[in-house]
Amino acid sequence: MHLPRVSSFGWKGPLLLLLSGRLLSAAESAQMIVIVADSRKFHGLRAWWANLYNDSHFYFTLVTIIFIPLAGVILGSLADLAMSRLGINLRSRSLREG
Amino acid sequence: MDWLYVLLPIVGIKVFWPGLVILGLGVGIIGGFFGMGGAWMVTPGLNILGFPMAFAIGTDIAHMSGKSLISTMRHAKFGNVDYKLGSIMVLGTVCGIECGSRVVMWLERLGSVALYVRYGYMVLLTVIAWVVFTDVRQKQKKENEARAAGRTLDALSTGIEWHKKLQRINIPPVIYFPKSGVRCSMWLPVGIAIFTGLLAGFLGIGGGLICMPALIYLVGCPTHVAVGTDLFGVMISGLYGAATYSYKGRVDLVAVIIMLLGAAVGAQIGTVATKYVKGYAIRVYFGLAVVGCGISVLLKLIGAAYPSVKPVTDVSATVLILGLVSSLSLFILLNFLKGVAEERRARKEDLAHV
Repeated sequence: MHLPRVSSFGWKGPLLLLLSGRLLSAAESAQMIVIVADSRKFHGLRAWWANLYNDSHFYFTLVTIIFIPLAGVILGSLADLAMSRLGINLRSRSLREG
Repeated sequence: MDWLYVLLPIVGIKVFWPGLVILGLGVGIIGGFFGMGGAWMVTPGLNILGFPMAFAIGTDIAHMSGKSLISTMRHAKFGNVDYKLGSIMVLGTVCGIECGSRVVMWLERLGSVALYVRYGYMVLLTVIAWVVFTDVRQKQKKENEARAAGRTLDALSTGIEWHKKLQRINIPPVIYFPKSGVRCSMWLPVGIAIFTGLLAGFLGIGGGLICMPALIYLVGCPTHVAVGTDLFGVMISGLYGAATYSYKGRVDLVAVIIMLLGAAVGAQIGTVATKYVKGYAIRVYFGLAVVGCGISVLLKLIGAAYPSVKPVTDVSATVLILGLVSSLSLFILLNFLKGVAEERRARKEDLAHV
């Protein structure tokens, strides 16, 4: 049986070695757990949310990072409004350490 | 009593939703008051409510960014946020966090990450607590000396004054931060941010716990400005963390929103309470929170070293953290109520005189 000489691979030799290293190191990620949301239990918005999670983590991330600041601003403004009813000065404070 | 439970779409568990609101409220109060995200308090709380650990961390970080936004909005109205300083520091913090997390990955390959992280955490908390209480002691000494000499100390004077030495390093560009009243080389906040980010990334925490004292003792910010500026940083790094964890599928937005309902009120209470408390009182309570956090980490270390006592130490650590959250938030709430009552009474008296 004729075996190819290593030198005949030329520059491809180290590349193959690198690739094999990559492929071997990728073995662990193949065993990663895939979590799926059971959207059958939900209706309306929550069902849409669970489906979005199952369909694309990219869009799921996009909606999450848009929604969190938005919710923060809305809830913060509402709490601010309630706080302004207390009858205290919410515009200034004295800066003192001791 | 089924209405008290909500089925979360992503985690897939039924959770006691008032528990989420109370947790959000408590951490909102503490976070707004001390200027930190409070990841070390929320993660065990969510874990108790039934969240698997990865979801507890992801949901906690996502909630932290929303809550910090609410606190930053309120602190900004008080003039406590130095956006210029905060923006410079955020860049350094993100670089530092990335480097710190790479150190963790390297340690993970060696198989000893948890132990190194806990020891690192323990050392850091001890140093922070030592610095805080040394500063308080030195400030008291200065006050006593001034009183004996018949002088009055400046309202913004501090005990430890490391920042004065650091501000003398004039490597260009030298920048003036008017909100903080600090003039220093740009490399001072950048260097500190990289260092604190590195530690935060290594320890897997948001960074507020380290950044707040660093802003006070190394940059020289007044306590109130340090709290507000730090929250601005936590908000941005928290959003970055929320994006990372969402992409990994470990964030439940429904839980985040429920927690934010409590946090919105809590953050306002905690932030407004800083108006009625002097800077040094905030430092002392912060030091006490750090000591409590340190004891809980120590209990976890004991549990890891002696598996026979692990169930007891784990429960004790959780009880300690939850007790700390409850007592601190109750204490801040009382300060807030007392301050509001006094201000309203003073206003009424002023109106009566007019």
